[in-house]
Amino acid sequence: MQGLLKFITCGSVDDGKSTLIGHMLYDAKLLFADQERALELDSKVGSTGGAVDYSLLLDGLMAEREQGITIDVAYRYFTTDNRSFIVADTPGHEEYTRNMAVGASFADLAVILVDASKGVLVQTKRHTRICSLMGIKHIVYAVNKMDLIDYDQNTFKDISRNIKKMTAEYEFDSMFIIPVSATEGDNITNVSPKMPWFKKGTLLNYLENIDVSTEAEDTGFVMPVQRVCRPDRTFRGFQGQVESGSISEGDEIVSLPSGETAKVKAIYNQNAFMTGKSSPFAFKGQAVTIQLDREVDVSRGCMLCKDAGLVVGKMFTAKLLWMDDTKLVAGKNYFLKIGTKMVPAVVMNIKYKIDVNEGNHVQTDKLYKNEIAVCDISCSDKIVFDEFKNHKELGGFILIDRITNMTSACGVVEHSLRRDDNLTWHNMDVTRELRAEQKAQKPVTIWLTGLSGAGKSTIVNELEKKLFASGKHTMVLDGDNIRMGLNKNLGFKEQDRIENIRRIAEVSKLMNDAGIIVLTSFISPFRLDRRNAKDIIGADSFIEVYISTPLEECEKRDVKGLYKKARKGDIPNFSGISSPYEAPENPQIEIDTTGKSLDDTVNYIMGQLEQYM
Amino acid sequence: MNQLSHLDELEAEAIYIMREVVAECEKPVMLYSIGKDSSVMLHIALKAFYPEKPPFPFLHVDTTWKFKEMIQFRDHMAAKYGLEMLVYTNEEGRSQGINPFDHGSAYTDIMKTQALKQALDKYQFTAAFGGGRRDEEKSRAKERIFSFRNSAHAWDPKNQRPEMWKLFNTKIFKGEETRVFPLSNWTEKDIWQYIRRENIEIPSLYFAKERPVVYRDGNIIMVDDDRMRLMPGEKPVMKKVRFRTLGCYPLTGGIESDADTLDAIIEETLSAVSSERTSRVIDNEAAGSMERRKREGYF
Repeated sequence: MQGLLKFITCGSVDDGKSTLIGHMLYDAKLLFADQERALELDSKVGSTGGAVDYSLLLDGLMAEREQGITIDVAYRYFTTDNRSFIVADTPGHEEYTRNMAVGASFADLAVILVDASKGVLVQTKRHTRICSLMGIKHIVYAVNKMDLIDYDQNTFKDISRNIKKMTAEYEFDSMFIIPVSATEGDNITNVSPKMPWFKKGTLLNYLENIDVSTEAEDTGFVMPVQRVCRPDRTFRGFQGQVESGSISEGDEIVSLPSGETAKVKAIYNQNAFMTGKSSPFAFKGQAVTIQLDREVDVSRGCMLCKDAGLVVGKMFTAKLLWMDDTKLVAGKNYFLKIGTKMVPAVVMNIKYKIDVNEGNHVQTDKLYKNEIAVCDISCSDKIVFDEFKNHKELGGFILIDRITNMTSACGVVEHSLRRDDNLTWHNMDVTRELRAEQKAQKPVTIWLTGLSGAGKSTIVNELEKKLFASGKHTMVLDGDNIRMGLNKNLGFKEQDRIENIRRIAEVSKLMNDAGIIVLTSFISPFRLDRRNAKDIIGADSFIEVYISTPLEECEKRDVKGLYKKARKGDIPNFSGISSPYEAPENPQIEIDTTGKSLDDTVNYIMGQLEQYM
Repeated sequence: MNQLSHLDELEAEAIYIMREVVAECEKPVMLYSIGKDSSVMLHIALKAFYPEKPPFPFLHVDTTWKFKEMIQFRDHMAAKYGLEMLVYTNEEGRSQGINPFDHGSAYTDIMKTQALKQALDKYQFTAAFGGGRRDEEKSRAKERIFSFRNSAHAWDPKNQRPEMWKLFNTKIFKGEETRVFPLSNWTEKDIWQYIRRENIEIPSLYFAKERPVVYRDGNIIMVDDDRMRLMPGEKPVMKKVRFRTLGCYPLTGGIESDADTLDAIIEETLSAVSSERTSRVIDNEAAGSMERRKREGYF
């Protein structure tokens, strides 16, 4: 008896995937009576008018039933006398390709349906390509709806020829083409009397007997560390699942990426909780806890190996399936998860995308949902990996959008890239937009203006803390860091005053170009100066915040005793006393801090800022 | 060559999932509903982190209408393994006297779904393990192992995150949560065979015994205490029954059975003519009722 078979059904819309599985379950008497009753009831009210609609067994979501299509993967579990199966029924619509890929990532074999009356379609080619990409090695083409073409052998032969032509570029371990009718049940579980010319048995029979086990090559021991187990000071164990090979007590292992070595002191397998004992060895598939004979620097994301020949590096070339509604642009930063390791990573370069239909390579700088491309990827930190064709678990990865948390893509490592490999970035300039995108923020200058003592510096400090805490990259420009440095050669004459603001504005603009959010805190009393600053920084990036605390209140506070001195005439040109303060006419944000707590003030400004950032 | 059995593989998969959650999620909790699936999940959690205890608390949402024996069993298991067992009841619902007899599906919503949401909010859990299996029901068959819920605890079945290989995306924003189903790929048969193999303790309600029951709308309901409202003419009778799933006793149908050993239960399960969820009274109310409740935040 063969072990568990995980397979998917895929193919174009209306090729009859759900019907095929439904019929298989029904024929093989694998339904409970209540499910069968529900099926017959559903069919009565369904669109097929009385005949049993087997697809209703699988299309479980309300939207699926309403629209009569499959949206997401359904997993079904069944056992015949000869084998246990898990089947993932995947959607045929191009729109839901990513859900089809989810199913494919889990399966050892794919049953791709082909409508006999339509032949090989683009979707047939797309699904074949994705199955191959996700590492499926065994493919069955079920040429369905043979009843619609009067069970014609020649048509079947033509379609078979086209299938073989289409699959010539792939390296599948096995391929089987079978004519069936899912609604009538021909060649599903019973040999069809209507196609005596087909002598290779039924689909179920084939699935019961196919051997999908991979040859046990001597690939060495690999265990990605999931977590460190430290119940008390005396015990430190590394927990994970053995992805390949085996390991024994006393073996020397190496921890990657550090390269430190140690000997295995004890191995606790899945039964350790029951027996309280360690085991002499562990092998592929087991969840284990490994103790080493000495302290090595091992944490989540590290890999414990022995004779595994893995790559430690930052860069590799990979094939990507893009799954996000938002397109991929080269240069954008993502989280990459491979094994148990998560690192920031950049898609440096889209080398080409692969046309699903003919497999042609197409030059592009963008990748849209459901498209496949070959890309160069650079991680911010060293990772341990292998080529996908050697190790599914060590060469498959996902990209996660850092702003939306969406799983944007899945990919497979084709080969590693070394620093001295002639790496090129995509022919793009690193622009203000790209820098901003990398930081996931809109770089603006938040320009606070108001009288001395209005509260600008205190507010700016709090604002920066809040922005920083939410992951923004910020910089404050104020008297402390500008007057003492860049502008220390400037005095208080009119020319100097204008030059002072000009320099602050130019610095703000440079920082905005670098992707940084700038907060400035200067009295900046003259409209003309502020307008110049706005012109330099750019109207889209300039947010004027007027702290309109009135003079009386500022003078009452007089934190630094400046007003007292100004009133005495000790400070010339003091805004509000001996020099005018020209209030902004149309500030984006205005707040009078009189009687307000700092918290309230800052929360108000944060709330208002949202619409501009 | 060494090869894992099917049950070993399922166990290894569940252990992998649990460790991923503990390593990546900020504040996990394990939902503990006292039934056989929860018992299996607890057993695997004990294995997954050994020699450490499961590094998260357990949460039982008590509707106040559970079988008496379930509550005793819960407290017994918590004491036996030294678990942090949080028990949460929707006190507003309790004080309003919400009950399964007068309030129908509103009862399930208020005392189960709302109570669960309140508990998750109260403790600010970011990931919750549940014992759901894909073979239970059609909308569950479509759910990911890591099932993302928005800040209103709602499931959006049309927009599930892709889940590739075993690379789980655990990233969420503050206020959102992940429901995690380590037993997704188990069948009812796997659960029973595993319970037998591992000798897992389960409530005796699963085993056939003479119990006081009434027959109502095709269901066999046990009279677990004197709060059970009898219809005119109804009289409890002693029958040898057992339960395939455990929940609130007035809403849980039993089956007549002689199966009083694990072997007998397994044999009965294998030859069963109806799926286990038929014995849950609420599931039969409307097609799509499970999906609707899940969208509203039900486990």
